[in-house]
Amino acid sequence: MVDQSAVGREFTPVIARVEPGRLRFFLDTLGEGNSLYRDENAARAAGFSDRPVPPTYLFCLEMMDATEPFEFLTALNIDLARVLHGEQRFDYYAPVVVGDTLTFRPKVTGVTDKKGGAMTLVVVETRVTNQDGVHVADTSRTVVIRNPRPS
Amino acid sequence: MTATKPGVGERIVHKEFPPITRHRLALYCGASGDHNPIHVDLDFAKKAGFPDVFSHGMLIMAYLGQALTDAVPPSRIRSFSTRFAAITQLGAKLTCEGTVAELLEQDGEKRARLTLTTKDETGEIKLAGEAIIAL
Repeated sequence: MVDQSAVGREFTPVIARVEPGRLRFFLDTLGEGNSLYRDENAARAAGFSDRPVPPTYLFCLEMMDATEPFEFLTALNIDLARVLHGEQRFDYYAPVVVGDTLTFRPKVTGVTDKKGGAMTLVVVETRVTNQDGVHVADTSRTVVIRNPRPS
Repeated sequence: MTATKPGVGERIVHKEFPPITRHRLALYCGASGDHNPIHVDLDFAKKAGFPDVFSHGMLIMAYLGQALTDAVPPSRIRSFSTRFAAITQLGAKLTCEGTVAELLEQDGEKRARLTLTTKDETGEIKLAGEAIIAL
């Protein structure tokens, strides 16, 4: 079981590029028709230097370009089949657009047992910076681990 | 946002989405980089104790994000968060809504806090969240 000793653990930084083709696949999957995300001119007219990414896409970029997408689970000895997504948060400080190269730095910031140890909540916070070193966002993911019953 | 400021209690976000299909989950698996087999591989899902595959929470949050940026330009969104209240099953028909809960001033900027929900066709809450937007 994950315990407090996990707090402060950092994982391999992920470098991800915002590629137009992959972004289009994401937009098509969601039936996203907003021209801001698809048309450079519409994006420029709205004050962006290029097409921005949708609000949850940072989460995807980190997973797509990670060498080991579930590294934090493996590192903490958590079984993927016992994990549910509990909460997700994004704080945005600067635009992220097509062509950007982002660096994600994930870190465990909390471990809490719930329901007498039946569940454990693990919080991973990730600082996101761009190619110019600008701090563009923070993300926070809470996973719920369904712990096996002690036999 | 338009020049008129929204009032507290005003519903500014509302969008409905087509039912969740296995095909959509497969596409989202590829498009999002989230290759957790629990969402696409029935054998894996059953072994993990679930009756069937179920949606990625982040697919549902992406729909909520889409509903949000239909109403509010992305450049005005300061934060966006959700709690995944219930698993979203295959076939679920989702409705995303957002209501102005509070007007506030933060970091020298006039902002609004929106409460956001995603419900299925039975009215069960799948996602409960909020966004802080600049006015």
